[in-house]
Amino acid sequence: MNVLEFTALVWTGSVIAGLLGSLTGLGGGVVLVPLLTLFFKVDIRYAVGASLVSVIATSSGAAAAYVKEGFSNIRIGMFLEIATTVGALLGAFLATRVSGSAIATIFGLVLLYSAYLAGRPRVRHAFDDVPDPLATRLKMNGSFPEAEGVRHYCPHRVPMGFSLMFGAGALSGLLGIGSGAVKVLAMDQAMRIPFKVSTTTSNFMIGVTAAASAGIYLSRGYIDPGLAMPVMLGVLTGSLVGTRILVKAETKSLRLVFSAIILLLGAQMLYNGLAGRI
Amino acid sequence: MSRQTRWTDQKVEDIIGNLLRAGVILSALVVCVGAIVYLARHGQEPADYRIFRGEPSDLRHIDGIVRDAFACQGRGIIQLGLLLLIATPVARVAFSIFGFALEGDRMYAGFTLIVLAILLYSLLGSSLS
Repeated sequence: MNVLEFTALVWTGSVIAGLLGSLTGLGGGVVLVPLLTLFFKVDIRYAVGASLVSVIATSSGAAAAYVKEGFSNIRIGMFLEIATTVGALLGAFLATRVSGSAIATIFGLVLLYSAYLAGRPRVRHAFDDVPDPLATRLKMNGSFPEAEGVRHYCPHRVPMGFSLMFGAGALSGLLGIGSGAVKVLAMDQAMRIPFKVSTTTSNFMIGVTAAASAGIYLSRGYIDPGLAMPVMLGVLTGSLVGTRILVKAETKSLRLVFSAIILLLGAQMLYNGLAGRI
Repeated sequence: MSRQTRWTDQKVEDIIGNLLRAGVILSALVVCVGAIVYLARHGQEPADYRIFRGEPSDLRHIDGIVRDAFACQGRGIIQLGLLLLIATPVARVAFSIFGFALEGDRMYAGFTLIVLAILLYSLLGSSLS
């Protein structure tokens, strides 16, 4: 395969990954690394570097649209970014220390867990309006526009959310993914922030988290321009198209298909990682 | 009150939204230019990413990337575009400090400064030396 054919194929694969990632809200990163390592036989370190770059592109592109709608909470995002960026630094340092097989094994486990989270119906919890003292001191209480009017919310369990965010950052730095699923879990389930605010704020945070590990990836030579170019341009194209057709698409069945794909890829990554083939 | 109506969260977020969009578009354009140069010169060569060698040192550091890009090397131009992309969230965080300071929110200006320091440590601390 020559460079031209390789670029065209990787670009096509990345468009599909970006499209599926934005339609299901799970992000393109989770399928990109398995796609590059299992099908294109790319070394996992190059794959993780290219994926991380594409994560910054989609997050920044989508966040540009979200911040204007007034759903994301910039204060919650910024405070939690302290945890995700420190975690991302740690994850990126770890990535340069452990073997490719270890990264593949952890990646496989994360994929299996993501498939479980995506396939499971979301637990809706009652919101109470009793403000949490710590969240109030941190000025995290907010509101967002809804059909029935402005809705107010008060986040809870800030320390737990902060710790989970540290873990999300470490995974992001180690695996080159946005780890949006863990971020939403931390905000939606642990901190009891409304789902819409959680997802948009998470998206806002992903780019900053990824930028924290990108510097280390760059200086360690993980970011190859020839590979990152079709991946970044492809994922960006796919996710832009995805956000345009999001309203029309039947996302429920799509989510099911996507989680089945993730499940398969996760099992493959886990197997290849444990067998030492990656 | 006049200061608050001029610098509300929404206004700051609008500017941040535009900043992010501009950063992504600019970096994608630079990457496209680099891609054309790279593919025109090296399109027929074999592609092999099976074995990790790591990038040559000029593509790992900011000064080397800028030098290669201005020497019209395709890979250097692409890497410059990727560097602009990485810098976009950093610029966003830097602008947020300014936004919080204008709103008079010292606590959040402080938090944001911590985030910026971590980002700059990663980007400059490890790739300049």
